[in-house]
Amino acid sequence: MNAGLTAATSGRVLRQVRTDHRTIGLIIVVPCVLLGLLAWIYTGTPVFDAIGPALLGVFPMVVMFIVTSVATLRERQSGTLERLLTTPMGKGDFMLGYAGAFGALAVVQAVIATGFAVWVCGLGVAGPVWLLVVVAVFDAVLGTALGLLASGFARTEFQAVQFMPAFLLPQFLLCGLLIPRDQLPTVLEWVSNVLPLSYAVDAMKEIARNADPVTAVLGDLGIVAAFIAGALALASLTLSRRSA
Amino acid sequence: MVNNSGPAVAVSGLQVVRGKRRVIPGLDLEIPAGQVVGLLGPSGSGKSTLMRCIVGVQIVESGTVTVLGHPAGSPTLRDRVGYVTQSPSVYADLSVRDNVTYFGRAIGLRGAELREAVDRTLAEVDLVSYADQLVQDLSGGQESRVSLAAALVGRPSLLVLDEPTVGLDPVLRRDLWDLFRHLADRGHSLVVSSHVMDEATRCDRLVLLREGRVLADATPAELLQQTGAVDADAAFLALIDAETARSGERSSS
Repeated sequence: MNAGLTAATSGRVLRQVRTDHRTIGLIIVVPCVLLGLLAWIYTGTPVFDAIGPALLGVFPMVVMFIVTSVATLRERQSGTLERLLTTPMGKGDFMLGYAGAFGALAVVQAVIATGFAVWVCGLGVAGPVWLLVVVAVFDAVLGTALGLLASGFARTEFQAVQFMPAFLLPQFLLCGLLIPRDQLPTVLEWVSNVLPLSYAVDAMKEIARNADPVTAVLGDLGIVAAFIAGALALASLTLSRRSA
Repeated sequence: MVNNSGPAVAVSGLQVVRGKRRVIPGLDLEIPAGQVVGLLGPSGSGKSTLMRCIVGVQIVESGTVTVLGHPAGSPTLRDRVGYVTQSPSVYADLSVRDNVTYFGRAIGLRGAELREAVDRTLAEVDLVSYADQLVQDLSGGQESRVSLAAALVGRPSLLVLDEPTVGLDPVLRRDLWDLFRHLADRGHSLVVSSHVMDEATRCDRLVLLREGRVLADATPAELLQQTGAVDADAAFLALIDAETARSGERSSS
């Protein structure tokens, strides 16, 4: 792997996104609109404070998953990926380049969405607000990594978009937002224990109710980071230099 | 700069299956270094598949392909072989300059060297005045020139170009062939596929493919002499007719 090639790829992906103003708008605005809607629905109840932080982690993951899986699928279909793999560009450079670019976008998205939730919608958390941003960025990068992996199994854009409900909805149902994870039926609790979104949501819930959550959050983020690394490694196995 | 000691490409006993078809049933070929070699043949004759084998992106059934002394696709070749696919493979949502710059970075160019290479390449493909346009706003011919530029920027020892002049006007076609000639004179090797026979005369050597087999491998002059034809088009037809007659005899006896 080569830092220069990784940085070149990140820069190129960010340049591509920059020419697409509507996508930038959607990445930034959609999480804010959804959070605002949620705060409005639960006006005068404590529910928004309880689930707001968790959703602050879920929305960036969903958005990044879709954007990444479609972007890499396009790259496979247009022949640019095959062409890149005839150059010294490594599979790892390619994967980390994408993760870096969308990670940078995720920082912008997370700062704005968190700021909007806290200062406009009045989200109150026991822990520090900056930690919400850190966890949201990890979640967004997780979405990118899972999107890179999913795009390896998609042959068409229709399939790529269908992978969103297939990969993400089960994680959403089992992550502890609908029912606390320890109250799930035993088998489903086991399943939720091996899904990355569960730990992302655990970290957010910890920040919501604990005034000093750093230790617990670091543990959860460690697990999320391991899932990111695993997904990127598996995703690079789906890239092959040769095809039939 | 360029190693001239051996052939640019040596293919031996190559067999390729794509889908259910044996696209290349057994092919031997040597492509000399420092020449422009034209790969001609009707569509479906295996030109693109052979090129994919040379750049090492094709899964082969059996046989060997040696490029600049190394097995095709080996890591040492990745900054020495440039490949342009038949349909342009560049980023539609990037500017012309950003595309060429990115592919320049991918083969390791940096800083001033990269900027000079990009400027030189944009001039070579005549896209200087379009440098800051997005590729999606260009015409098809311009887009295929961006794709060509992305391979030229690294000045590879071996350039593999799949139909690089399709859809281009005569002036630009002539300029590009002049560029190919100039590169070959400086020791680069080029494999260029085409189905435009009048381009055949601009090649040092012609390889005629049909159904994954080499029908002829000669200089343009030798080819005309062998067949007694007046131009490459007629020579090609004469060879195909002769081949059809031979295989007809074989199957009837």
